[in-house]
Amino acid sequence: MSMLHIVNKSPFERNALDACLRLAKSGSSLLLIEDAVYAAMKGTTVSDKVAAAMKDMKVYVLGADLKARGVGEEKLMEGIDVVDYAGFVDLVAEHDNNQSWL
Amino acid sequence: MKFTILVNEGPYQHQASDTAYQFTKAALEKGHEIFRVFFYNDGVNNATRLSVPPQDDRNITQNWTELAEKHGLDLVVCIAAAQRRGILDEDEMKRQGKDAHNLAPGFRISGLGQLIEGGIQSDRLVVFGD
Amino acid sequence: MSDVKKFLYVNRKAPYGTIYALESLEVVLIGAAFEQDVSLAFVDDGVFQLMKGQDTSEVGMKNFSPTYSALGDYDVNKIYVEKESLEARGLTVDDLMDLKYEDEDDDWAEKDSIRVVTAEEMKAIMDEQDVILSF
Repeated sequence: MSMLHIVNKSPFERNALDACLRLAKSGSSLLLIEDAVYAAMKGTTVSDKVAAAMKDMKVYVLGADLKARGVGEEKLMEGIDVVDYAGFVDLVAEHDNNQSWL
Repeated sequence: MKFTILVNEGPYQHQASDTAYQFTKAALEKGHEIFRVFFYNDGVNNATRLSVPPQDDRNITQNWTELAEKHGLDLVVCIAAAQRRGILDEDEMKRQGKDAHNLAPGFRISGLGQLIEGGIQSDRLVVFGD
Repeated sequence: MSDVKKFLYVNRKAPYGTIYALESLEVVLIGAAFEQDVSLAFVDDGVFQLMKGQDTSEVGMKNFSPTYSALGDYDVNKIYVEKESLEARGLTVDDLMDLKYEDEDDDWAEKDSIRVVTAEEMKAIMDEQDVILSF
């Protein structure tokens, strides 16, 4: 069963991303939205953790939330795909199930 | 695909309702069906008719009302959560002996069973919260 | 009659500081009437919801912890608690409420509803669900 994990809180504020990465099965996908988009940035104290996760998870980030927060795509880690709301919908539809980590 | 959307936070305080709205809009544009949008926890506060947000920013309640009207959406507000937070329709006002009701157009008040039914009947249930 | 779906309620927040623990439980109770395959997961601060000895007399809030004991009567008896979350908080299963259910497939023998599972086991449990609700 393919799972899309959705995280919406900043990894510097909450442990939702930590919990997600601990409990997400290999081969699942992660979508970062709202304040969680900061987790996609390079050079942060969580970058290594996210990079390690990317070895067995596909990571996506919602472009609208990056833009709102002034996070330019040049600040993102390699290998993270930026999606729009239509892409968000596609991800939910394409994965058998989804789980929001609040 | 048939979606049920769960909104757990009120307007403005959290981005949840905005994100849920944008997601719902995008899903409709792609031709998907929205089985139900269910408002729980502080999410019931999206259904107040009485908010007067600043003119230069989005009107979240109105966004939902207009989207519901345009697409025939079923926007359901949980009765238990609504009672706690003072969101009433006319029936509830009479039943609870209150002097006013404030439910915005396009929303209806019902039980948590509507959320479970949404989970059972839909292909996907997406949760937007804090 | 539609196929039975596997519903998982994920609880990651402590009780009383916010309403999520209480209102999540209310969904579980109402949802029980729909005869789906229900499980509860307690992870991170969610494990605190199950601590025994909650006394809310001085905070002026309703003590809703007794409600967890009723879950067995509602056929909700798969209560998964993450071991790592307990340990991180210095807790063991002995700090938690004694939640029981009567197994109709075993001559109504009384059994423990709480199953302490490792993160790996929790991962597998989450992966097999059809609908996941978080608050």
